Amino acid sequence: MDVERDAELDTPVGRRIVLGLAGIGLAGIVAGSSVQRRLARLLAPIQQRDPTGLTGLLPLGNTFRYYSVTGSVPRHSASTYRLEISGLVGAPATYTIADLSALPQTSLVRDFQCVTGWRVPEVHWSGVRLAELLDRAAPSPSAAAVAFRSFDGTYTESLTLAQARRSDVLVALQMLGKPVTHDHGGPVRMYVAPMYGYKSTKWLSGIELTAAVEPGYWEQTGDYDVDGWIGASNGREDEPVG
Amino acid sequence: MLTSLTTAAILYNGFLAVPVGHRRIVKVVHVYSGFALLLPIIAGAVSRTYRGDLRRLNRFTKADWRWLRSRTRRDGAIPVGKFNPGQKLNAALSTGGIVVLLATGIVMYYPDLVRLSWRTGASFVHDWFALAIGLLVIGHISYAMRDPESRRGMRTGRVSAAWARDHHRMWADEVAAQAPATAAPTPDEATG
Repeated sequence: MDVERDAELDTPVGRRIVLGLAGIGLAGIVAGSSVQRRLARLLAPIQQRDPTGLTGLLPLGNTFRYYSVTGSVPRHSASTYRLEISGLVGAPATYTIADLSALPQTSLVRDFQCVTGWRVPEVHWSGVRLAELLDRAAPSPSAAAVAFRSFDGTYTESLTLAQARRSDVLVALQMLGKPVTHDHGGPVRMYVAPMYGYKSTKWLSGIELTAAVEPGYWEQTGDYDVDGWIGASNGREDEPVG
Repeated sequence: MLTSLTTAAILYNGFLAVPVGHRRIVKVVHVYSGFALLLPIIAGAVSRTYRGDLRRLNRFTKADWRWLRSRTRRDGAIPVGKFNPGQKLNAALSTGGIVVLLATGIVMYYPDLVRLSWRTGASFVHDWFALAIGLLVIGHISYAMRDPESRRGMRTGRVSAAWARDHHRMWADEVAAQAPATAAPTPDEATG
């Protein structure tokens, strides 16, 4: 038959391509992490000046990926947004964006590290220190932890009171030099600098003081560590942020 | 394949990820449709005809290389067999891509399998291969939109003899030679 005769004359290019790709894949698994780091560093200046944002679509591991755990998240503007402080406090309060903007603002330039591996270098953050809001709320002696609520209706997170009082834990109003956008969890989100991204609740709607730490959404469903220190939890060895 | 590509697009792109949301469910669908890619391959491997097609896809002739280099490859001046070299190339690239995506996907899904830097490497490879395969598939779908006859061929497994003579002359001749009794042979199992 024709096919059989051809088989002796011709080259098995198909098999070579498949094996070649498998080889590239294998080499990539072993060397990919350092290649990615170098590529990201090389392209960073281009990405930062790219007005189209198209280079952000390249999988370099150094751009934001947008995670949402529910269907649609309601949108809040500066006029409809409210942040409620409640629970074991002497002075419960509700803040508007204007209220929050009137408080002392803190700016930080820190990396944002996701537990799934991507890390965005040197993000500009600015907002009110959580410690400031806690002081104003006058936590009762039985309060030992802080629980965060999101107006996506599902996501929760939490910190111990001591972690929450750190100076690098912000109720962020600005991110990347402008008000926090909806996709980034705006108009107001948490930024817990020394911990993985899942600790930084997006679409923040409430802060409740509690007697004990309540494991958050991914800590219940995804087995993530409750103390999400970057480089010292979840079996990862990333460079700490702080 | 389409399911895993669609869910991949949702997981990866912010402008899709935020409106769709439900990250956990999308992730589960993505992982299982990825594993399911093996099923048609296993099902095919038990079929003799499928294995025969694989043999044809694997082999490149000198004419195939000429066909790939020629600008007017579609005019039929260089006759091709059941599969043209473009199809052979696509089959090989897709298979290799699936193998790599599956392997790296497994490394990413079972976090204790290998050390962390390899896992990062695996997601790096997974991302780039997915981007490439995604573009390859989108390109092929957009070309298929313009060719109803080859779409029908893929759907029903049959093409007209005239179409086969135009696009795959050596194969049309081969089928005609095997079935001399039939006046107008209908080559089946063609793909576009």
